[in-house]
Amino acid sequence: MSDAGELRDRTREFLAAHPPGRTERLDFLRARFDAGLAWVHYPEGLGGLGAPRSLQAVVDAELEAAGAPDNDPRRIGIGLGMAAPTILQYGTEEQKRRLLRPLWTGEEVWCQLFSEPGAGSDLAALGTRAVREGDDWVVNGQKVWTSSAHLARWAILIARTDPAVPKHQGITYFVCDMTDPGVEVRPLRQITGEAEFNEVFLTDVRIPDSRRLGAVGEGWRVAQTTLNNERVAIGGMRLPREGGMIGPVAKTWRERPELRTHDLHQRLLKLWVEAEVARLTGERLRQQLTVGQPGPEGAGMKLAFARLNQEISGLEVELRGEEGLLYDDWTMRRPELVDFTGRDAGYRYLRAKGNSIEGGTSEVLLNIVAERVLGLPAESRTDKDVAWKDLAR
Amino acid sequence: MTDLLYSQEEDALRAAVRDLLTDHCTAADVAARAESAAPHDLDLWKSLAQSMGLAGLLIPEALGGQGAGHREAAVVLEELGRAVAPVPYLTSAVVATEALLGCGDEELLGRLATGRTIGVLAVGLHLGPGTPVPVARLEDGTLHGELTGIADAAVADVLLVPADDGGLYAVAAEAVTRTPQVSLDLTRPLATVTLDGASGRRLGDAEPAVRRALRVAAGLLASEQLGLADWALTETVRYLKERKQFNRPVGGFQALKHRLAQLWLEVVNLRAAARAAADALATGADTDITVAVAQAYAAPVAVRAAEEALQLHGGIGMTWEHPVHLCLKRAKADSLAYGTAGRHREALAELVDLRAP
Repeated sequence: MSDAGELRDRTREFLAAHPPGRTERLDFLRARFDAGLAWVHYPEGLGGLGAPRSLQAVVDAELEAAGAPDNDPRRIGIGLGMAAPTILQYGTEEQKRRLLRPLWTGEEVWCQLFSEPGAGSDLAALGTRAVREGDDWVVNGQKVWTSSAHLARWAILIARTDPAVPKHQGITYFVCDMTDPGVEVRPLRQITGEAEFNEVFLTDVRIPDSRRLGAVGEGWRVAQTTLNNERVAIGGMRLPREGGMIGPVAKTWRERPELRTHDLHQRLLKLWVEAEVARLTGERLRQQLTVGQPGPEGAGMKLAFARLNQEISGLEVELRGEEGLLYDDWTMRRPELVDFTGRDAGYRYLRAKGNSIEGGTSEVLLNIVAERVLGLPAESRTDKDVAWKDLAR
Repeated sequence: MTDLLYSQEEDALRAAVRDLLTDHCTAADVAARAESAAPHDLDLWKSLAQSMGLAGLLIPEALGGQGAGHREAAVVLEELGRAVAPVPYLTSAVVATEALLGCGDEELLGRLATGRTIGVLAVGLHLGPGTPVPVARLEDGTLHGELTGIADAAVADVLLVPADDGGLYAVAAEAVTRTPQVSLDLTRPLATVTLDGASGRRLGDAEPAVRRALRVAAGLLASEQLGLADWALTETVRYLKERKQFNRPVGGFQALKHRLAQLWLEVVNLRAAARAAADALATGADTDITVAVAQAYAAPVAVRAAEEALQLHGGIGMTWEHPVHLCLKRAKADSLAYGTAGRHREALAELVDLRAP
């Protein structure tokens, strides 16, 4: 199955057998998964057909034209973008069959238990402990910045299984059932007023060894799969011109001539150009992926969008003049999605501050570009050969 | 949809041009030549224009050209930018050629396509598309006046001169006086062209031809600027891996790594912008906006890349001996050429309806 025409026919046959208007949403999504049309580059039996990833666009176009329901990908981004590729690469057959289908249909939401109060940029220093007891691992520790934890059925979790070896070597990767006793989720209120994220406290949580992903002590390597996919997912959204944060500012500029000043005009034009160029760079990256020559540009996209979002939203608050001094709503809420467009400029300004922190700080990403893309010497490290238990903290 | 990649043919063209420049256009050659009486490398021009046939890339095959397009010319300019090559490719094979294509003058296009005739549009290098240009006076059928800042005029065989009757005239170089101006960028030197009763042949209306030529110039200049920035980044990264201070390569210091990573990001962005402009010129779709975006973005990036290269090379970067100054002077001159970034942003304000207060 590598031919676009064949795949189009197959999609049409599927639509004929499951007309979107007369099929329950969840039934439709399950059937789509079973037909291999969920993510065509996944293997047969796991929602795919073993086809090139680029052919997904053929399926999506047919489904969209037929008005088919989708799996609301923004709501289940962590599952789709991070958990699924990791399960596919490291999971046992049984894990893949149990977990991937409800992940893709959105029946089971996923979250990510990686960061800790004491392990941010230095994620490998994490201190959540998992101790083997019979067929189970007993987990104790605290995780933070966990989006969707309050909605999630499952989590991908990394924990320390051997404190006596250097930090990267003593980590193991698990799938944690968020409904298990000992998992406590508390909202973490942000500067925007709402609580998109959570703190997750793990107290004597028992995880069966059958929910380990990859070998004991191999968790850091497994986590790289997750993190690389996260950065692709964060930087890789397709946009039309003015499709990002510049859109609302440009609209305000056009509709409210009384707000215009010369200084704002100069800054707006500069940012408009930078936003358009960043959009073209994203488009170029996608074209490279389509022809199978992925460049290192992906590493830079998140950096570019973080800075642009911050500068543009900062400009937008200023542009609004007297209204820039107001804020739409400080009520503590628990949003399911981050929605930049549904709120006021002040919200965008505050929320965008997280863009250069979440998913790898801009400072860490610059190190990654410098070392992996440009090949510059790595920082000298004093922590690599020291047992985790002997590190300064 | 805009094609932002390089085709296999474009990659092959790049490799051929780079091979030639590696052998025949070293930085030492360029620096030595820059101060001589003949700053242009006409042997190199002959190899590029005649042997490789690059002078006619934009000219239809029926007129003796290659019938290629702006995407290919952009690739050539990237490589010429990397080498800061002192050849009149941008001025003759792109700008004068586009003006002649605008007038439909088959005779001169055929001559320029061979590379044996060098044409130069007698419009100051700093002028961008849509700005009024100084013109010669037409009196009693001959041309009079002084036009300044004309790049590569010194090696032109024919000058394309806008006149006050609205026409564009072809004037033989022997019919005018060309006085070299001491230029910031010695590899693309400027000259004053003095017309004192020169006779010319009217090619057509100047305004549309000049506008067309300067728009293509601005769009493809972004590729030259990409070549400059890419060279500056690559060379600086290479040097910082070798250069040791405090008993370690200076490229290992985070303060410098972050600057280079930031620069890399800007070069990556510039590549997308430059490809978009070349593709838009080739297809004719969304051209004005895409060219203005590319030129508003390219100039500051190329200048910053060259400035960062100089600073990060330390003392050696300040010497005449090291090639970074060639890159810096070209990048700074390019930031004025065919309209500054600010001019292109002003154009965008109209084009995308983000108007001034």
